[in-house]
Parts: sequence; structure tokens; C-alpha cells
Amino acid sequence: MSEYILEMRNITKAFPGVKALDNVNLKIREGEIHSLCGENGAGKSTLMKVLSGVYPHGSYEGDILFKGKTCEFKNIKQSEELGIVIIHQELALIPYLSIAENIFLGNERSRKGLMNWNETIAGSRELLEKVGLNEHPNTPVGNLGVGKQQLVEIAKALSKKVKLLILDEPTAALNEDDSENLLQLMLEFKKQGISCILISHKLNEVSKVSDSITILRDGKTIETLDMKSGEVNEDRIIRGMVGRDLTNRYPERTPNIGDVILEIKDWTVYDEVRADRKVLDNVNLHIRRGEIVGIAGLMGAGRTELAMSVFGKSYGRNVSGTLYKDGKPIENNTVTQAINNGFAYVTEDRKHYGLILIDDIKRNISLTGLSKLAKKGVINDKQEILVAEDMRKKLKIKAPNILQKTGNLSGGNQQKVVLSKWIFSEPDVLILDEPTRGIDVGAKYEIYTIINQLADEGKGVLVISSELPEILGICDRIYVMNAGRITGEVSREEASQETLMRYMTKTGGPKHGNVS
Amino acid sequence: METLVKLFKNNIRQYGMIIALVVIIIFFQLITGGLLLEPINITNLILQNSYILVLAIGMVLVIITGHIDLSVGSVAAFVGAVAGIMMVDMHLHPVVAVIASLIVGALIGAWQGFWVAYVKIPAFIVTLAGMLLFRGLTMIVLKGQSISPFPAGFQKISSGFIPDLGSGNVVAIAAGVICTVIFVINELRDRQSKKKYNFDVLPGGLFILKLVIIAAVIMAFAFMLASYAGLPNILILLLALILIYSFIMNKTVMGRHIYAIGGNEKAAGLSGVKTKKVTFWVFVNMGVMAAISGLIFAARLNAATPRAGTNFELDAIAASFIGGASATGGIGTVFGAIIGGLVMGILNNGMSLIGLGIDWQQGIKGLVLLAAVAFDIYNKKKSSVS
Repeated sequence: MSEYILEMRNITKAFPGVKALDNVNLKIREGEIHSLCGENGAGKSTLMKVLSGVYPHGSYEGDILFKGKTCEFKNIKQSEELGIVIIHQELALIPYLSIAENIFLGNERSRKGLMNWNETIAGSRELLEKVGLNEHPNTPVGNLGVGKQQLVEIAKALSKKVKLLILDEPTAALNEDDSENLLQLMLEFKKQGISCILISHKLNEVSKVSDSITILRDGKTIETLDMKSGEVNEDRIIRGMVGRDLTNRYPERTPNIGDVILEIKDWTVYDEVRADRKVLDNVNLHIRRGEIVGIAGLMGAGRTELAMSVFGKSYGRNVSGTLYKDGKPIENNTVTQAINNGFAYVTEDRKHYGLILIDDIKRNISLTGLSKLAKKGVINDKQEILVAEDMRKKLKIKAPNILQKTGNLSGGNQQKVVLSKWIFSEPDVLILDEPTRGIDVGAKYEIYTIINQLADEGKGVLVISSELPEILGICDRIYVMNAGRITGEVSREEASQETLMRYMTKTGGPKHGNVS
Repeated sequence: METLVKLFKNNIRQYGMIIALVVIIIFFQLITGGLLLEPINITNLILQNSYILVLAIGMVLVIITGHIDLSVGSVAAFVGAVAGIMMVDMHLHPVVAVIASLIVGALIGAWQGFWVAYVKIPAFIVTLAGMLLFRGLTMIVLKGQSISPFPAGFQKISSGFIPDLGSGNVVAIAAGVICTVIFVINELRDRQSKKKYNFDVLPGGLFILKLVIIAAVIMAFAFMLASYAGLPNILILLLALILIYSFIMNKTVMGRHIYAIGGNEKAAGLSGVKTKKVTFWVFVNMGVMAAISGLIFAARLNAATPRAGTNFELDAIAASFIGGASATGGIGTVFGAIIGGLVMGILNNGMSLIGLGIDWQQGIKGLVLLAAVAFDIYNKKKSSVS
């Protein structure tokens, strides 16, 4: 049995209402690079959290065997002691501390509580050499680029005598050179006998370095592919990732599509923090009246950034490009301006950006359109109640009355409140960012019905979603984004999960996939 | 009885502070042998606490937006000093001087609002700087000395009473009756519309009980004032401010935007609330309120002194928190802040009446503030579990 360094057997992890992992099996051989593939929400991160002890033993079912011994981790510390180290997508470094301090954070080189700085510096120098980072250990981490920060994280992992290194989307924020560098480093570690689990959406990288690939879908293990034996290419992986049955989970609709209502031209946006990084690069798209247009893409593709920069420049800096509404150029410099131009943006994070959780349903619904309820700045209470009641009935918000705090509602009902708010502002263009995230199936259907109604009223609807079946199920036309660019445009008829996934993982050239 | 208990449990936050106030009143009424509720002492209570209550109204708005203002005591002193120079040294007409002083307050508020709203410096730092800056400026313009006396007309703001028509202070009693009638009509209408939309309302009997108690309190208060010297001018100003600001916070777009910013600034911004502009104006308003407070204090003392307004900010902040405002913003009411201010005021007054030293008074007030907020947080935790 010593062939495998790690075996996870029949892991089942349930959250209230959802089975995130359902009898998942994962076997990692000693000294191999094993990739974990699957769509967003397939259960990859949950599985890794079970492995590393973030979800402690007892909160899941199944067994974890590390080097043939059963493990019952109660916290991350215990898994790290055995040499299982996870590096998350969002780096966990403290920017104001030096490289050396970060490397030994929580694991300080000290005696009786006093720091031994010489050992700290010497130790980190040694580790930095191993990861090929040529920086002085006293440099504050905040002064380093993301690529180098990633290397510091890996050095930190090495300091914990890592046996099994887990990298969650390590190259998502890196440029090509840094990514290549990192992949080489992984191959180097492999020679030294360190096993690696790689979670990545970039299938070209996955097929390049992996020895085997396990595919997860909807919380289940679909298959484990051996990269050495057979002819496994990217298409083969994609088929495994998306091959699910599409039952009729989407309401029927006959689209009635009119003139172009919104056109986005040459939209380029730079990162808010790192001013030299393009988040969006020459994005061009258009939406017609009565049309539901989807934007597919992986995390970090720039979809939300596109939506927010269009909606009153709520994201990014140096926004350039032109917006045309009904053929006329418009300016959306502030949120207020965007709302007045008939835009609505339903955010992907309704708790932090969409709702005021300590306020009731009524106040949340009326917030955006308050001026319509007010005369000379004084709110007409009765009219406000009528509007909120009307929305509650129309959108079937399940609550005893409109004075319920939105923080106490379920996800689906919260989302309906957010939609109500924007419907009340009477927009022409709605941008819906992950409109059904974290919502149960029944409520999803209701949300789709609302979206369809909005389109049928002649509004233009832009839906951003990470769930491909959803995009395929409700959209008339789909744009695909990757790394800040539109990499493809597919009509409803031509769209399939495979084609979308191919565009989503397409790296390199700004080629415009003109399919329609 | 069961509904009563349930009702109380659900509204403990709302009623808690009122009950605390009543308990404190009864306690001091007993321990001082009835001195606390003597007509002369009631009138004194109003005169003594008016400037803190005015500050508390402005402060609760700042706290609802999720900020804090430590500078109000210094600003009040500075505006008092400026008013003193204008009226005593330059012999300007009080009306002109008051208007100019309010503008000075607004400008100071704008100065601080600019740094908080547009430059995004934490309000704690901006107003800490303001606290030092304006205290320093006060001493500079006064050259370290007090200025007095103010014109008699100006003093009337704090020490005058509404002139009476006949004997026995009919005006005060009439005012009490009018307030009671307006209150009852308002409550009835509110209840009617709430019923219509199927909202929770008090059971009929309790509702009437509530009306009777509040009406009795208003009338008793009016009789007390009538039996001493009548309606203090400052009370009229105070009531007007309370009504205006309650109206703004409950019924206007501006008020709603203030709550929205405190509740979730990002969500408010993405809903089209001009968060920077609103924050800026809340600070401008605070500056004006600090100016009013400074004028009232100067008029009461009949002098502009370099040490005026010391620790006012702490009393105003304490009043807001005792009155149920949340330190993280989004929650709080003008009415609550007034109740909180009265709790502090009656504690001060009651402890002075029984002869406790200022040392004990400070310590006890500190504990009361801590207990009030702890109680509030305890309740919040309990209600979020159920």
C-alpha cells in the first residue's frame, strides 16, 4: 500500500441543504504531480479543506490515510505537522513583514520566546535558494510582485518539511513567465520526492506537468486519468468536467429580440491596486433589446470587473472605451449616472455589496429608487409600503411581511429583494452577476423566470455566470472571456459546454472568435 | 401576561433604555427625598443638559454613518469664543453674531468632513486633530482669558423663559395639551396604517395604556414647568431640533441615505447613494450643532472661556451609545440619543444632589456607559441566535 502517499476514501461532506462532497475518492502516488480538475463549485476546494483539517475530523464522513496511516486532523496545524501544506489562491502573507518573518510566521526560530534573528535570516536564505528567489530576506513582502510572493509561500511550505504540497490555482494571478517558472519548480520538487496536488483551471498547464488527473463534478469523483499511459488531451479532460445530464431546469421562453440597446466598445480597464496590469483588454460586446446575453469565464477572467467598470466605474482605474445606448454615446462616470442612464447591476456578493442586512425588506427595495417615492426629499411612506408589498407579491419573496430584516432571509429570498430593488429603479439594461449563486434549485427556477420576464419587457439582460449549464439554459447568445479578453462569441444553437470550456481556457492571442 | 412578556422580550432594545431612565429617576427621587422631581430641579435639568443634548443629536447622525467626532467640545468652545469676540469686543448685534457663529461651525464641519469623506482619513484621527486644533485656536483667540459679559438678549437663549400671558403659566400647560393631542393623533394614525398593511401592532389594551402613560408624563412635565417659571426658551429650541432631526432621519431621502451608508457603505454606493457627499454633509451638520451647543453654553455661563466644552464630546458620544446607537454604524435614533443624554444628565444631577464628589460621578458614569453597551450587545447576540 505504500505506493500511495495519500488516500482519501469515500469522503462525504454535507452543508445545510447541499452535499458538497459525495463519496469522493482520491489517491496520490508518492512523488507525483496530481491535478484536480472540475468546474467552479465541483468540490475541489472543499476536498482540500477536508484534507488539511480546515473542516475537522467528525464534520465529514470517510477516511484519510497518509502514508498508510489513518489521520484524524482537528486543525491545520496537525496536518502541517505531517507535512501536508496547502497554498491558497489568495496568498496568506502579511505585506508589512519581511520575507524571513513571513516564512517562519507561527513557526518562529526562537528560544524561550526570544527571536533568533540570525537563524531566521540564514534559514530563509537557504529556502529562498531552493525556490530560486533572489531577494534579501529582509525585504518586505508587499514590495514583491505576485509571482515572487507565490515563491515566498512555497518557501514557507518548505520550512514546514513539506511532503505533500497543495497548490490552489497557483498561476491564476501570474503572467506567462512566472507561471512557467512555477511549473518548473514543481517538476524540480518532484525529483526531490515531494508530492504535489495542483488545482488549476488552466488545462494546458495541467496536461503539461501532471502525472495523473482526478476529475470532480458536482461533488463526485468522475474518473482518474493516467497521463502517462493513454492519449489524454485537453478535450478529454473537458468532457470529463462537463459531461452531465441537462434536465429541464430552465423555463421555456421564445425570445423576441429587437435593436441593439447597449454597445461596449474598446473597453480597457487597469487593476485598482497594480496600475500597470490590464484587467480588461479591448472588450467589445453588444446587447439587444429582449435579449439575454451570457458571459462565461473562469474566476479571474475579468467578468465582474467588466460589469462593475461599466456600472459607474465602480471598479478599476484608467477606464477607457465607449458605451453606446440606443446608438448614442453615454457616460457612466458615477453609479448615479449609470442608474440615470437606465443601468442596474445585481452584484455577485449580495451580502457585502447588494443588501443592507440590518435593514428590512422595504427599505432595501426602495433604496435605489427613493427619489421616485419622495417629494422635495420627503418620502411618501404609504407609497413606499405599496411598492414593497407589490414587489413581494410579484417576486414571491417569502417573508411574513416587508418589515423583516433582510439578514434573516434565505439566499433565494435575499436575491429576490436585490432584484426587486433594481426592478423598481426601472432599468433598461440589467447586468446580473452570478444571479443564482448559493441558491437552491427551486428558487433558481423562479429567478430564471424573473430574468425571462425582464427580457420579454424589452430590456437588455447581461448574465454573468460560472455555471455553464445555467448560461446555456437561459442565454440567447454567449460571450466567453479569459484573462480580460473576449475569447469567443457563441450563439445559443452552437453553444455547448465543450465549446465554452475551450474558449474559457484559451490562453494567448487576442483572437476574436467570430462564430455567429 | 404572556403577550406582555413576549412583547417586552422582542422590544427590549427599544424599551430597555426607557426603563433604565425610569429606574434611575425613581432611584434618585427616593434617595434625594423627592428633590429630583421638584419643579425647580426639573427646570434646572433642562438648562444644564441642553448643550449636551444638542450635541447628542448631531453626534448620533455621525455615529449612524459609522464615524465618530471627538472635536465637538473644542469646536463648541471655539465658536463660543468667536461669538464672544464678536458680541463683547466688536459690539455686533447678537443676531448677526449668532448667524456668523453658525457659519463658522458649518465651515469647521466642512473642513473635517472633507478629510473624512473625500480623503478617507478615519474620522477618529481627523477629529482628534480637530480636538487639539480648535482647543488651541480657542486659547489663541481668547489670549487665554475669559470674555464677558454678553448682551442680555443673547443670555436669554439659555436663561430666558417664554413670557406668560396671564397668571399661573397657562402657556406651559397649553403647550403640554397641544403636544399630547398631536402625539395621540399621530399614534392612532400610525396604528391604523400599520394594521392596514398587516404589520405587528400592540394589542388594543396595551396600546391605550401606552398612550395614557405617555400623555400623563407629558402633562405632568408641563405642570412641573408651569409651577416654577414656565417654558424655558431653550426647551423650545431643543424640542424643535428633536422633531426636525427625527423627521429627517425617518422620513427623508437624506435620512435614509445616512442609515444606508452606516448599514453597508459599499452596497449603498452601488445602489446610487452618493456616500461621500452624504458623509460630508453629516459632518457639516455636526459642526453647526457644535456651534449651537457652544452658543448655548456661552450664553448660560455669560462668558466665553478657554476651558469651555471640555469633555462635551465624551458626554455626547456616551449619550448616543447609551441610547442604542451601534458603534459599527447603521443603527441609532435621535430619540434614543436624547434618552441617553437624559440618563447621563440625571445621573449627574442626582449624584450632585446627594453630594457625591466629581470623582465618584465620573467613575459611575463610566460604568453605566459600559453596562448599557454590554446589555445592548448581549441582546443582539441573543436575538441573532433565535
